[in-house]
Amino acid sequence: MVEATNADWKDQLYDSIKALNITQVVYVPDAGHAKLIDRCLADPEIDCFPLVNEFESVGICVGAWAGGRRSCALMQSSGVGNLVNALGLVHSVGAPFFAIATMRGEWGEFNGWQTPMGQAIPKILDAANVVVNRAETSADVIPVTEASGRLAFNSYLPVFSLISQRATGAKVF
Amino acid sequence: MANETQNRLERRGAVHRLLQDRDPNLLIVAGLGSAIWDAETAGETPLNLYLLGAMGCAVSTALGLATAQPEKRVIALVGDAELGMGLYALATVGWRKPENLTIVCLDNGRFGETGGQVSHSGVNLDLAGVATAAGIPTIRRVNDDAGVDELRSIIMDGPGPAFGLVEITADMPPVAMPIRNGAIALARFREALLGHDALKE
Repeated sequence: MVEATNADWKDQLYDSIKALNITQVVYVPDAGHAKLIDRCLADPEIDCFPLVNEFESVGICVGAWAGGRRSCALMQSSGVGNLVNALGLVHSVGAPFFAIATMRGEWGEFNGWQTPMGQAIPKILDAANVVVNRAETSADVIPVTEASGRLAFNSYLPVFSLISQRATGAKVF
Repeated sequence: MANETQNRLERRGAVHRLLQDRDPNLLIVAGLGSAIWDAETAGETPLNLYLLGAMGCAVSTALGLATAQPEKRVIALVGDAELGMGLYALATVGWRKPENLTIVCLDNGRFGETGGQVSHSGVNLDLAGVATAAGIPTIRRVNDDAGVDELRSIIMDGPGPAFGLVEITADMPPVAMPIRNGAIALARFREALLGHDALKE
């Protein structure tokens, strides 16, 4: 099994973003986030733009929070390592940081170059005192992501929702 | 880039001149390290947000703030090495183009806080050139008082986003430590900007 059996969550994630009162979405794109990115870009009430590097997402989300706005960062597991050094900002100022990362390098991965970071990311985030909630299957994605967002904004914590490759569907070449 | 023949400003005097008669609608995000001491000595206010760590995050933080507060004016006050560590943030500022954001880079061509080692902008890196190439529409190179005054006017009235490269000497004025607890500083900032109820969110 490499393909997700039910990908309704790809549409429903947008409703989760709206329900969490998030009005800014920044992203380093991943195919798993493509639908969500398209819907956010089409929504004039959401300020949605791409980043060069995941590192930027921490400052942008903290700055937006300082200005009274809720943000969310979208990325792929292969880039999560780029932001680790910026997490000191979140911890030091007590701001929320909510990220949704699609996983690579785990469930039936084709490209071995994805695997080192895919396998390491949950441990790296744990070591950095980031709350990690994993959505292992399609049915998990919406409840896990909404709960992660609520936790981030209500407890002023960095929280990642990690969407398993089992839910996104592993790429097959 | 370093040019030994050109005029350079003394950093603290330049920052104080830039922030004189400060408008209450101006918000500052300052990054490591001396930029913070410069801003702090220019006049303490809750509307200064200082990043005493997380080097490279100051421009991104100011970008998030500027987009959340389009009616305010926002400065990212950074040294050349802080800017360099998060250099790609300039590309995102150039994409998003918040009209109310000015990046003020205090460029001494040195890693000032770590012993004055020569930095990239002291040899080969033209930060104003990078900002131009990143699509930031208003660029100024500032090395005299008239330039500082013009930059102040751009900060408050645009056109933005803007990038001001303030060419400074390697002098290191005394440290002026601000509130060190970041959580207190952020809460204070949000209360002053958004009102007390924002702390109940």
